[in-house]
Amino acid sequence: MTISITRRQTLFVGAAAIAATALGQSIVPAYAANNLDELSKAFTGGAAPVEGKVKLDLPEIAENGNTVPITVTVDSPMTDADYVKEVIVLADGNPNAGVATFHFNPASGVAEANTRIRLANTQNIVAIAKTNDGKFYTAKKQVKVTIGGCGG
Amino acid sequence: MSTPKPRIKLDKKEAKKGDIVEVKALVSHVMETGQRKSADGKVIPRKILNKFTCTVNGKEVFSADFEPAVSANPYIQFKFKATESGPVVLTWIDDDGTKIVGEDSIKVL
Repeated sequence: MTISITRRQTLFVGAAAIAATALGQSIVPAYAANNLDELSKAFTGGAAPVEGKVKLDLPEIAENGNTVPITVTVDSPMTDADYVKEVIVLADGNPNAGVATFHFNPASGVAEANTRIRLANTQNIVAIAKTNDGKFYTAKKQVKVTIGGCGG
Repeated sequence: MSTPKPRIKLDKKEAKKGDIVEVKALVSHVMETGQRKSADGKVIPRKILNKFTCTVNGKEVFSADFEPAVSANPYIQFKFKATESGPVVLTWIDDDGTKIVGEDSIKVL
C-alpha cells in the first residue's frame, strides 16, 4: 500500500504539530525540559502530593551553584505508627532532575537531612515526602543561581 | 587512589535514651557528574558515591541515594534517636563498588 501525502495534508499535519506545540507549552510548565515529572510520578506512583508538612531550607540566592546547602525537614512524630519513609529531592533546571533520596525510619527520630547540591542555573527545588501509610507531601522553592554548577 | 578517610562528628558522645543525636559527615570525593567534557572533547565518565547508609549498633537509622547533582566532597547531616550504645558506622558506596567506611560511637546512659 502506498501512502500519498498531498500538499493539503502536509499543511494540515504541520498546523496540527504547531497547535500541539503551542498547547503543550501552555499546559506544561517551564521545567518539563528535564525528567522531573517522570521521577516524581515514579516516586508517588501517580498520586498527587499535598502541599505542606515538608520544609525546604535553601538560600534564596546561591552565588555558587556548585555547592548549595539544602535542608529538608518533614513534620512528623516519627513513631512506629506514623513516620516519614522517604524524601526525594528534585531540581527542575538540572540536566537530570534527581538530586537525592533520603530514607528514614522510626529510629531516625527526626525526618531531617542536610547536604550540599549542584544547581546548573536558577530553578525550582521540589521535595516530596512519603509517609509509612502512603501519603505524599510536597514543598517547592526557587533558588537564584549566580554561577552555575555544572562545569560552566 | 587510596580510600579517603571520612570526617564524622556527632554533636554528643553520650546521650540519654530518647535523645536526638546529630551526625555531620564529610568525605573527599570528586562526584564526577558524567556531564563534563575534558579539554579534548571526551566525556569524563560518571563517578559518584551513589549510596550512603548509617547504622547505629547494627541497625539502620538513615540512608540516602545520591545523584550526580550532589556536590563534590559530599556533606551529609542527619539525626537519629539514641536508644542503645554502640558503634555508629557510616558507609558510602562508589559507582565502582568501592566502599568508604567511617566509624564513631555513641554511649546511651
